[in-house]
Amino acid sequence: MSRATASSTGPLVRAVGLQIGYGGRAVIEGIDLAVEAGQGLALVGVNGSGKSTLLKTLAGLLAPIGGTVEVLGTSPRSHPHRVAYLGQFHPAAGLLPLQVRDVVLMARYRRRGLLGRLRSDDHRVVAEALERVEMAQHASEPLRSLSGGQQQRVYLAHALARQADVLLLDEPTAGLDAHAQERYVSLIAEARARGAAVVIATHDVRDAARADHVLLLAGRVVAAGPPFEVLRPERLSEAFGITLVAVPHGDHHDLLETGHAHGHGERTGHDHPERQL
Amino acid sequence: MHQLVSPFLDNPFRQRSLLAGFLVAVACSVAGTFMVLRGLAFLADALAHGVLPGVAGALLLGAPGVLGAAVGAAAMIAGVNLITSRSRLSSDTAIGLLFVGMLGLGIVMVSRSSSFSGDVVGILFGEILGVSRRDLLQQAIALAVVLSIARVFARPFLLLCFDPEQADMAGWPARRLELLMLTMVTVCVVMSFQTVGTLLVFGMLLAPAGTGALLARRVPAMMAWAALLGCASVYVGLLLSYHFDLAAGAAVVVVAVGMFFVVFAVQSAQQAVSGRRADRSAVAA
Repeated sequence: MSRATASSTGPLVRAVGLQIGYGGRAVIEGIDLAVEAGQGLALVGVNGSGKSTLLKTLAGLLAPIGGTVEVLGTSPRSHPHRVAYLGQFHPAAGLLPLQVRDVVLMARYRRRGLLGRLRSDDHRVVAEALERVEMAQHASEPLRSLSGGQQQRVYLAHALARQADVLLLDEPTAGLDAHAQERYVSLIAEARARGAAVVIATHDVRDAARADHVLLLAGRVVAAGPPFEVLRPERLSEAFGITLVAVPHGDHHDLLETGHAHGHGERTGHDHPERQL
Repeated sequence: MHQLVSPFLDNPFRQRSLLAGFLVAVACSVAGTFMVLRGLAFLADALAHGVLPGVAGALLLGAPGVLGAAVGAAAMIAGVNLITSRSRLSSDTAIGLLFVGMLGLGIVMVSRSSSFSGDVVGILFGEILGVSRRDLLQQAIALAVVLSIARVFARPFLLLCFDPEQADMAGWPARRLELLMLTMVTVCVVMSFQTVGTLLVFGMLLAPAGTGALLARRVPAMMAWAALLGCASVYVGLLLSYHFDLAAGAAVVVVAVGMFFVVFAVQSAQQAVSGRRADRSAVAA
């Protein structure tokens, strides 16, 4: 049994009436969410809809403007070694003289403190994490020599190597090819199976559909609930500012974009080729 | 061969200058490595100039120059923090403002007093050939402080350089870490200005670490390269100053910067050659 499942009696991530924003100015108000051990929550919306701001607030990197936020039953960042956060940007990472293995090994620093010796266990966890993202063969290569997609896999390995009970991932599939995305899906499923709570920020509706709960954002909470309730064409149209229709495809429906909504000049599939989301 | 060692064999002044130079080089290589990785070069440059009014003020009041330098550096860091936290200006604007402001203030203070014009030359360019035993001790203490900070905080510093958010997430607040990193750089500047001078200590912080970044694939190797190249710069610079009657401190820094450009040129040439070979292989295929 995982530590998260064993030690927790309530949601691992919880927010009530949360207001988020920058510099005292609220971007979104009235956010309520709860993610239990083994559950997944997807934050869905267009660029600037508040997904990353909410994720940073859950991570404790931004202070909430109002309301309550709890991670592992207390304030965010109270348990640094039990929460992993993968941000969108790593501005200096590609410039540093770091090998791939070094980047993932940094995930173990907090467990060993300032001067504690890294153990064979740490090296094993790092090797496994690299193996799971299929980057083990690149372990001794400089990070800066890798492509963007490969670097993203290394950052995913860094998040996995923290062996955290809460995973907060901002656009985790950015730059990943189809095969790596499949791998990512199974990694997230494994993390949830061992009892981790996973929160992802994404604008990929298919990725969001795999979560237990979805929070649809557009500078406000458009909808919240299970995917089949939230990821409906009319709600997505509202959040993404485009017109969507559901088209039957085997045992599921594909969402097709047919134009811009809300007076942006709605277009038909004839003059604007339909785009699958 | 004799010419390579003769200046240091039986001249205690030059022996002390060599030892002081080595101490400065090792301290600056350690602090400089993190400074380069974190992108703090401009702030370090401003710090090196910002100590001038502090030192000038201390000399006017008859206080130790080191104390004045520390006050000047603290004022510089506090000013940059104040402007960046209370305005929408970027940190480089704040640093630039403090940089020219402090330098100007230092020159104004110097121009109002005719009593220590010679000392000001010493502040700017150092007196590496006039190092006393006390200066050596002071330099050794600075090195010990820098090595201690770097050893204890190596992991948080590395995380900070990699991604400040990851340092925060690990429970090591990025802002405090950056302040500590700046403190380490300040110790180098404040304690080294009497040997290589405020203008030239910046070169010793930047050039060997920059060259190390070109040569190394891992951070400890970068630090080792920086220390090695820094010490080599000190030795070669002092040797050149002896044989060609050059300003010693300036010669040391010119050698350090020269090493950077030699390595940079060689690497650029290698890349150009390997690029041409790849093109030829592609055409042949």
